[in-house]
Amino acid sequence: MPKLYSGAEIVFKCLEDQNVNHIFGYPGGAVLPIYDELKNFNSIKHILVRHEQGAGHAAEGYARSTGKPGVLLVTSGPGATNAVTALTDAYMDSVPLVCITGQVPTHLIGTDAFQECDTTGITRPCTKHNWLVKDVNDLAQIMHKAFEVATTGRPGPVLVDIPKDIQFQKAKYKSYTKAKKLNGKSHDNFSQKNIDDLIELISKSKRPIFYTGGGVINSGTKASELLRELVYATGFPITSTLQGLGCFPADDNQFLGMLGMHGTYEANNAMYSCDLMINVGARFDDRITGKIDEFSPKSKKVHIDIDPSSINKNVKVDLAIVGDIKSVLTTTIKTFKKSKKNFSKSNKHQISNWWEQIQKWRSKRSLDYISSEDTIKPQYAIERLYELTKDKDTYITTEVGQHQMWAAQHYKFNKPNRWMTSGGLGTMGYGLPAAVGVQIAHPKKLVIDIAGEASVLMTMQEMSTAVQYNLPIKIFILNNEYMGMVRQWQELLHDKNYSESYTAALPDFVKMAEAYGCVGIRAKTPEELDDKIIEMLNSDRPVIFDCLVDKQENCFPMIPSGKPHNQMLLGPRDQKDKKITGKGRTLV
Amino acid sequence: MANSKSAYSIAGKKQKNDTHIIVVWVDNEAGVLARVVGLFSGRGYNIESLAVAEVDQKENISRITIVTTGTPQVVDQIKLQLKKLVPVHKVADFKREDKNVIFKEMALFKFVANNEKLIKAFKACKNFNPVILDETKKSKVIQITALRREIDKMSKNLTKFGLVSVSRTGAVAMTRGSDVFK
Repeated sequence: MPKLYSGAEIVFKCLEDQNVNHIFGYPGGAVLPIYDELKNFNSIKHILVRHEQGAGHAAEGYARSTGKPGVLLVTSGPGATNAVTALTDAYMDSVPLVCITGQVPTHLIGTDAFQECDTTGITRPCTKHNWLVKDVNDLAQIMHKAFEVATTGRPGPVLVDIPKDIQFQKAKYKSYTKAKKLNGKSHDNFSQKNIDDLIELISKSKRPIFYTGGGVINSGTKASELLRELVYATGFPITSTLQGLGCFPADDNQFLGMLGMHGTYEANNAMYSCDLMINVGARFDDRITGKIDEFSPKSKKVHIDIDPSSINKNVKVDLAIVGDIKSVLTTTIKTFKKSKKNFSKSNKHQISNWWEQIQKWRSKRSLDYISSEDTIKPQYAIERLYELTKDKDTYITTEVGQHQMWAAQHYKFNKPNRWMTSGGLGTMGYGLPAAVGVQIAHPKKLVIDIAGEASVLMTMQEMSTAVQYNLPIKIFILNNEYMGMVRQWQELLHDKNYSESYTAALPDFVKMAEAYGCVGIRAKTPEELDDKIIEMLNSDRPVIFDCLVDKQENCFPMIPSGKPHNQMLLGPRDQKDKKITGKGRTLV
Repeated sequence: MANSKSAYSIAGKKQKNDTHIIVVWVDNEAGVLARVVGLFSGRGYNIESLAVAEVDQKENISRITIVTTGTPQVVDQIKLQLKKLVPVHKVADFKREDKNVIFKEMALFKFVANNEKLIKAFKACKNFNPVILDETKKSKVIQITALRREIDKMSKNLTKFGLVSVSRTGAVAMTRGSDVFK
């Protein structure tokens, strides 16, 4: 007679089998049997958050900084609905999450029981797949399949909804056996012919560019190494999306910076004027393309992506290569080395005009800003933060808004998995809990949340989590008292009608830090900024850093809505020189 | 639209819409229809008609036939998005004009009228394999199978013969000849 296990035990046995070390969660009535089992499984550590959304974002931070799936455990009803934002965020940014939710007992489902909601119904559009477990005998298999779905192909969140009676019932445990195939859903669908075509395009091109995205990071650190190898071997310029930052060293000369709405002048103009665009693991998002009809009109477009539905979704491409970036790049480099030895040298002449042109765009110095001796410019704050932390292996998370774009522009990433930000969904309040998750995964590393004062208030309660687990996360708030990005759009598009974008009655962040039992630091002038940052870095406790910055600063450069890449708004210095006239503004 | 007050891009040019019949083979499990239909509504695709039933009891497979309209790009997306759903096994796509594919819908008509009209009603249906399923002195229930537009036309024309109620299925489809879609 094989041993019988309760549903709750089976959940943990599955987590053990899947090598899960940390789960983020919050208990409640419908998951109590699972919480009761926690004490019997020492290899799994539970991190108690203060809100289920925080559990979700922490699991996301954990997943993105390690490449492993993040796991969260929440109760039925409000527990599940609070996790929805994080699940949607993970779905948009392709982060592998496994969310386990409690559910009311089977016989109460559909009766509007206490803390009942249609969890699988609510989360169906924001997960890759979800399951309601109706029979304890299916539980182990469903749990294992959940991990498989979350981590294979284009990663994403999944949810397993377990009614309370199922958690008590007993069944045999079936250990993990890899399923043959997920309904025939294969991931590498490219042929050698695809690769040959790509190399043909590469060798003919005179104005090429690599456009890389989060897919490179999701494919693992090896993919980043391969990408670097290919980019160096070709000598081509490379730009990256917000999510792809770190897969190519930002301080390398071949790197043109981030592209898109707040991307650099050189990256966007190169995208517009290129004759060959090689998209590696990016998805032609609307913040990247601007006006679709005028997006890079003269180029041949190659799209390498693991998700077949990303191909031709927004932009029609000339060559589609469906596969895992790592395997596509491996084959490409192999073929490339065989057929094009010393390509970079022999090809130098062919693309030298292109590089000259790029240097001209570069000389615009589109990320420049007017510095000040009285107030801290937000860009300056990020620059100093970067200079003072670049020698450490630093992990950066952000909230959403101006500070996020400044961080992407001015903090230079050289390694993958060091940059956690909410790109697709744009979730304010992402960064603080994500930092908690990153610090759990990397206890000895420096983890900084570059935040805005409005965003950070949305999930501020998680400071309590950081204190409980001695997580020395640093919350670096660029405090301008406005929802900065909203204010910026209102200034440029709504005749400076700053409707509801000013936060009166902000808390005193230093006192707040002290109330939570962590360290509060405030910097008011550029002069004292460095010392204060060093004070923050020297602390081994969680820190809230209140950096009072210029309230009126806008984030430039910027592609206004409905405009193609070659019609950017540059910063105030450029506008002073009247290179962009008043007319440019009314066109926004 | 030079003065768009939007952070989003402006809609591009509109393309021509075609009608397609999408056939989806799925695991017959709870919620699978909601997944398929939710994908359509969530991404703004049309559903003109829908027919679904289990076709393989042993393998537990259901066959869903969806009539939809969209630009070639949208129809491609529909297929690719459907293929990503975990319970979906395969997806077929036929153009409505495709001569190699049979499309049929079934309709039930209830007529309440005098005998003379009821006879005329039955005659009017004669091209569409009519079957009388129920008969009383005052009424008839007639089943026909036909194309969607034929049924549309019939239900309009038959009111004069006392048509009081129409019930119809969505279209189902199958390829002609010995070929089987894999």
